Amino acid sequence: MAKATSKLATESIKLENHDPEKIKARLLAKYPPKVARKRAKQIVVNKVDRDGKVPVISSNVRTVPGLIGQRGCCYAGCKGVVLGPTRDIINITHGPIGCGYYSWLTRRNQTDPDKAANGQASDGHNFMTYCFSTDMQDEEIIFGGEKKLKQAIQEAYDNFKPKAIAVFSTCPVGLIGDDVHAVCREMKAKLGINVFGFSCEGYKGVSQSAGHHIANNGIFTHVVGLDDTITAGKYRINLLGEYNIGGDAFEIERLFERCGITLVSSYSGNSSIDAFANSHTADLNLIMCHRSINYVAEMMETKYGVPWIKVNFIGAAATAKSLRKIAQYFDEEELTAQVEAVIADELPAVTAACEEIRPRTVGKRAMLFVGGSRAHHYQELFGELGIKTLSAGYEFGHRDDYEGRRVLPDIKVDADSRNIEELEIQPDPERFHPRIDEAKRKTLEAEGLGFSDYEGMMPEMPDGSMVIDDLSQYETDELIRIFKPDLFCAGIKEKYAVQKHGIPLKQLHSYDYGGPYAGFKGAINFYKEIDRMVNSRVWEYMQAPWEASPELSATYAWE
Amino acid sequence: MRKVAIYGKGGIGKSTTTQNTVAGLAEMGKKVMVVGCDPKADSTRLLLGGLAQRTVLDTLREEGEDVELEDVRKSGFGGTMCTESGGPEPGVGCAGRGIITSINLLEQLGAYANSEDLDYVFYDVLGDVVCGGFAMPIREGKAQEIYIVVSGEMMAMYAANNICKGIVKFAEAGGVRLGGLICNSRKVDNEMEMIQALADRLGTQMIHFVPRDNMVQRAEINRKTVIEYDSDHSQADEYRTLAKKIDANQLKVIPTPLPIEELESLLIEYGIAA
Repeated sequence: MAKATSKLATESIKLENHDPEKIKARLLAKYPPKVARKRAKQIVVNKVDRDGKVPVISSNVRTVPGLIGQRGCCYAGCKGVVLGPTRDIINITHGPIGCGYYSWLTRRNQTDPDKAANGQASDGHNFMTYCFSTDMQDEEIIFGGEKKLKQAIQEAYDNFKPKAIAVFSTCPVGLIGDDVHAVCREMKAKLGINVFGFSCEGYKGVSQSAGHHIANNGIFTHVVGLDDTITAGKYRINLLGEYNIGGDAFEIERLFERCGITLVSSYSGNSSIDAFANSHTADLNLIMCHRSINYVAEMMETKYGVPWIKVNFIGAAATAKSLRKIAQYFDEEELTAQVEAVIADELPAVTAACEEIRPRTVGKRAMLFVGGSRAHHYQELFGELGIKTLSAGYEFGHRDDYEGRRVLPDIKVDADSRNIEELEIQPDPERFHPRIDEAKRKTLEAEGLGFSDYEGMMPEMPDGSMVIDDLSQYETDELIRIFKPDLFCAGIKEKYAVQKHGIPLKQLHSYDYGGPYAGFKGAINFYKEIDRMVNSRVWEYMQAPWEASPELSATYAWE
Repeated sequence: MRKVAIYGKGGIGKSTTTQNTVAGLAEMGKKVMVVGCDPKADSTRLLLGGLAQRTVLDTLREEGEDVELEDVRKSGFGGTMCTESGGPEPGVGCAGRGIITSINLLEQLGAYANSEDLDYVFYDVLGDVVCGGFAMPIREGKAQEIYIVVSGEMMAMYAANNICKGIVKFAEAGGVRLGGLICNSRKVDNEMEMIQALADRLGTQMIHFVPRDNMVQRAEINRKTVIEYDSDHSQADEYRTLAKKIDANQLKVIPTPLPIEELESLLIEYGIAA
């Protein structure tokens, strides 16, 4: 197990002379005893001990009804997050129209239909701009929706001739028991294209995390391994858990290209189904968002022998570190030299931008409550700007995302998680081959390259910072009242409530209207954006004149 | 207008008892409407002389928004008005939602309006109250009185007790009451005494004991109620008596369902021990 090596962890944080335990008590004071007991386990004051161990945090548990939380549903995780960014699969939402409509393009995933991954010719397919739904009515609820689903698949095929169609189940589909998988099998045989379904009904699990798992299972079962062609290119890798919000994947791809690294498939920013089908031929899997995609990486390693490492392309230093990890893995002079050349070429502009902006941002204070990886990754960028992260937490992360995969054996699998299918994967009799032998793996591990490992967010956070899982709106308001942070990072649901406190909010799900923030160029974008936000004077004008000087008086005209 | 719902374990004879009783009421000059709440749509077969009915849901599906009351309602024996909810074939869709949709539609079409001048509406509901849809007839005051068809068989009594739990749930909100148990005899030992005792424990009455008679089967094969098929037969009189008792019934209660142990001891007391 690699040690927590981040510089951040070495210094402890002073929460503006507040005692974090007292703040925790204040957050819990308003709750009924049972709720307070539950939340007490999800609000943790960070403490990293010498071998990188951190306190236990309760996570991936049900949100208490009545608390206004941030979470999405299983369908959102499956259709919206994991498969939404793939341009050439027609994603049909089987359900009433709202689920499909409100998950249409809201994640700001970008794609480049003219450029096929892996050097293959592009068919130009891009269905992301369309919204496909079976628009279930009363009639389908009563008599079953399978017939209409078949019609929808047929219609989508007739109009667009796609390579693949995926079907996503919404809540009522699960309640009335439509067999979407049988329909998909039938239509697959009839149309001769890949058609597969997901039982990702919104009510499953405790958050969108359940949907990620279901999406991983489905894509692994129905797509991965369909194309064994070893395509051209050296240093063939997959990038997992990168969803090309605001063009992040484009920037990372640009860096790969410059370094001479071949991206076989991305999961799933700027991705295509052919690339998924071929992705098991890559020699290394890189994981960005551990929470949403680690299942595919694990299964690919078991079945095909592709190892995985955790990377992070958010932040200049993190980007450089991640590129060096790739070079370290492939261990070839040519690649190492090229990676170093690219870093040397790109970094000065980033450093210059940071140096110019940093004096205006240093000492500012941020809070991050977002996702299952972003609350961790973005602390890198804030660190580079000299911004302290007072408090952070995930919306749908599990204990391993907080405390590191070292706690995996200790995680209690509750009934909610058991409800989500766990696939039994065996090594493929013909296609399994370990990309590196055991000795080489040991050597690389000794050199500090952690395979199949993620250390989690907490070991990289300073002692005394507050880690809060599944933050509620009440807690948000209290934290803002106590700390008056300079910046709050969350999503659209939190944005305006936070801004009413006079605090700017940066959306780290959709990036508001900005991006990319990944890689070197992305870092510069982010520095500029944060400078603009935390130094804006607009928040000074939040107070109306009569609130500022209540003595203002007037007389009635007739007086 | 009295709104009556008939519940009971699947196969206990709800539809047969309902239609025969309705025939008795019709003979008495009452104007009765029967709403079949079973996807099989066989609740009005004996009154109509066969499955001649287009169901509400089929009509809604085929005609879209343009549905008239006449499209879904047919006149049967003795001027009874017959409708069938209908629903999906077994194993697909949601029959419960179908019943909700169907009853709402009948209301909107004015099937229960004062102008229809009905004395009775009978809802014949399938099996146990398995989900919210099948409770629709006793929700929101749609039916005010319930009769449970039961026999001396354990599972039938168990189902009756469960249905009482459903009645309790909706009694306060919707005002629904239990009118009594109808014992449709299976010729079980001590059947009458046992059902009477069950009725006592539930705080209700055994409103009538319908003896077992092959005539019911014979009439059914001929797609008729006993009253229509063989008006002078003694079984026809049993149904006439039941109809009269229901018409005169004043005892409408919120039942007191039994804990399962008590129900079992009742069976031991009257069934095995006797």
